[in-house]
Amino acid sequence: MNYAVEVQDLSKHFRLYHEKYSSLKERVLHAGNLPYDDFWALQDVSVAIEAGKTVGILGRNGSGKSTLLKCIAGILQPSSGQVIVRGQLAAMLELGAGMQPELSGRENIYLNGSLLGLSRKEISRRFDDIVAFAELEQFIDNQVRYYSSGMYVRLGFAVAVNVDPDVLLVDEVLAVGDERFQQKCLDKVSEFQEEGRTIIVVSHAPDMLRQICEEIIVIDHGKILTVAPPGEAIRIFRDSLIATDEVHTEPETVDGVSSMPRRQVEITEVGLEFPGAGERTYLVTGDPLRVRARLVVHQAVRGARFELTLLNERNEVIFGSQGDALAGGDVLDPGETYVSFVFDTVPLLDGRFTVNVYVRDAHSKMLANAEPAATFEVMNPGRSVGMFSLAMRTELSDQPIASSN
Amino acid sequence: MVAENELEHSETAPIGMLDSASSENDRSDLPARVVSARVLLRPRLKEIWKSRELLLFLIRKELKVKYKGSFLGFIWSMINPAIVLMVYFVVFRYFLHTAFPQFALYLFSGLLVWNFFGVSLGGASTAIVRNAGIVKKVSFPREILAISQVGTSLVFFFFQFIVLVIYLIGFHYAPAWGYLPLILAALVDLVIITTALSIFLSAVNVYLRDVQHLIDVVLQAWFWGVPIIYSYNRVYHHSHLLGYFFLADPITPIVLSFQRAIYGHVAPLGYSYANGASGPVLANYPYHFYLLMLGWVFVTGVVLLFISLLVFGRLEGNFAEEL
Repeated sequence: MNYAVEVQDLSKHFRLYHEKYSSLKERVLHAGNLPYDDFWALQDVSVAIEAGKTVGILGRNGSGKSTLLKCIAGILQPSSGQVIVRGQLAAMLELGAGMQPELSGRENIYLNGSLLGLSRKEISRRFDDIVAFAELEQFIDNQVRYYSSGMYVRLGFAVAVNVDPDVLLVDEVLAVGDERFQQKCLDKVSEFQEEGRTIIVVSHAPDMLRQICEEIIVIDHGKILTVAPPGEAIRIFRDSLIATDEVHTEPETVDGVSSMPRRQVEITEVGLEFPGAGERTYLVTGDPLRVRARLVVHQAVRGARFELTLLNERNEVIFGSQGDALAGGDVLDPGETYVSFVFDTVPLLDGRFTVNVYVRDAHSKMLANAEPAATFEVMNPGRSVGMFSLAMRTELSDQPIASSN
Repeated sequence: MVAENELEHSETAPIGMLDSASSENDRSDLPARVVSARVLLRPRLKEIWKSRELLLFLIRKELKVKYKGSFLGFIWSMINPAIVLMVYFVVFRYFLHTAFPQFALYLFSGLLVWNFFGVSLGGASTAIVRNAGIVKKVSFPREILAISQVGTSLVFFFFQFIVLVIYLIGFHYAPAWGYLPLILAALVDLVIITTALSIFLSAVNVYLRDVQHLIDVVLQAWFWGVPIIYSYNRVYHHSHLLGYFFLADPITPIVLSFQRAIYGHVAPLGYSYANGASGPVLANYPYHFYLLMLGWVFVTGVVLLFISLLVFGRLEGNFAEEL
């Protein structure tokens, strides 16, 4: 195997001081008895990332995912263990880190590029590409302090991607900027993927990772829970979220019989009903659809909300319903019940679609999830192309075009 | 810390996999970077050397940003030392009646060294803290931040040196030609010592923010412990023991060398046994005596530099958390 990154028995340990004493007086006064907690941000983490793969690191805030990324990037030193990185590495932890507002865009490109490890010659060679990618041709000799935040981010990103790395580390930066810029970032990511570079993305947002990653490392409390393909990894991630939420909200039971965290609600079964399809096992564009989920309620829930998302083959969310918080939600009594998501018509054209189902409580805390809950196929009987079948007709007339404003 | 070395790829690849591994995307030839808790001197020095271009960019940035938007700009870097020189000159020459011949030149040759030293340490102590933004987000040898402060002061040093040369020419003073190479040797020593202390202080200040205030106080006291305004020769004749004590301070031999080369031709040399208070300003030490002193400072400086690099490597591990 060709590994671009090998993490071997990596541990990172922090001392969390109850109070931060960084003046000499305080240090002397409290010498020897500083109250602190040991905190293991990473514990014996070992993982090897194959060259050319796009791998996500998924975990909640404080799970250690950013610490892992920073150790790989060489920004933090591990307490023990080591990381071996093969090839040129570029880390995008913050776009435009180290930009000097007093300097011009041109000077900042040189400064930033050399911070990321480029030589002056390499920067000069890529200078035009960088400026073009950032779309800052006109402003390149202006001081960066006059740049808008968007221009600032574009410049930072342009420098970082032009480092021409073998291994690219990305820390949620793709989530910044306007939509067009995000698209540009994603395009660049897929360009890198095609070129066989290794990409490691850290996020707490599973949907973004699902879109771009081949494999996801799920990390929780400084340990790796799993390394798996996106679907499975995200399921394990969600499970871990629910499991720990339970521990927080449900302390030991009074009678002491069960201290095992038990879910309030479980989704035990999800089925699809095609009311208009007859014998067919697939939908035709425009057919009605019912998604039905069987819920087992262990503990009464007030204000329960049900959500459903539809994903296409590329795992992009094409539709997501949000439970209406204002409506107050439903009351679930202990026992068994069924929830139905009813589509009178499904205006999708061809494709295979995945359904996910979620149950949340009044505070949006996830109580149960099923993903993927079910899949179905849609066949398009007509000639229209694209994603959706929108109601439209064509007319011919002599009437002139009315101004739309 | 980040170390650069070529790893044996076969260590990690099982024998049976080698065939598939030697395809076109084989990475065994790519340089491998190892991030671990070990602090090794050689790879550190290598990393710093590799970042020399970054060092130049940072120095340029420092120079540009410092005087950006000010009308006199770069001239400010000359005004401050000029005023200091003038104040000392007036106070000591006219109020305290110091009778050194060409006292201003004597002051200048010593202050040149001290300005470099003081400005470097002052800037370097806060170098890491001020650049928290990049230290937390970008991986590069952080020593560079401290070293760039030394580099910036070195630029100022050269400008002041040019002013000194103009001064010499303008007043028709000749330096002690034979002793001029001492300046070069002393400057090397000075840069090494200053770099060592700068790296050390920049790292310690991350954990103990007192350092940046403490250093100002220490520098002020230290200044009066270096024979810049008074004469080492006279101190030595006052008390030999005190003289040796002075020489233990690595800055003193450097200052003495500068004074010997720049001022040594202007004033009479010699030992003063009769009257320490008004004897010659500079002693008549032979050339090799200066070389010996500078050699000693060089060794001290290199040892300090290695120690400070190791300390820095130790402390660097948690910079990102402490800032």
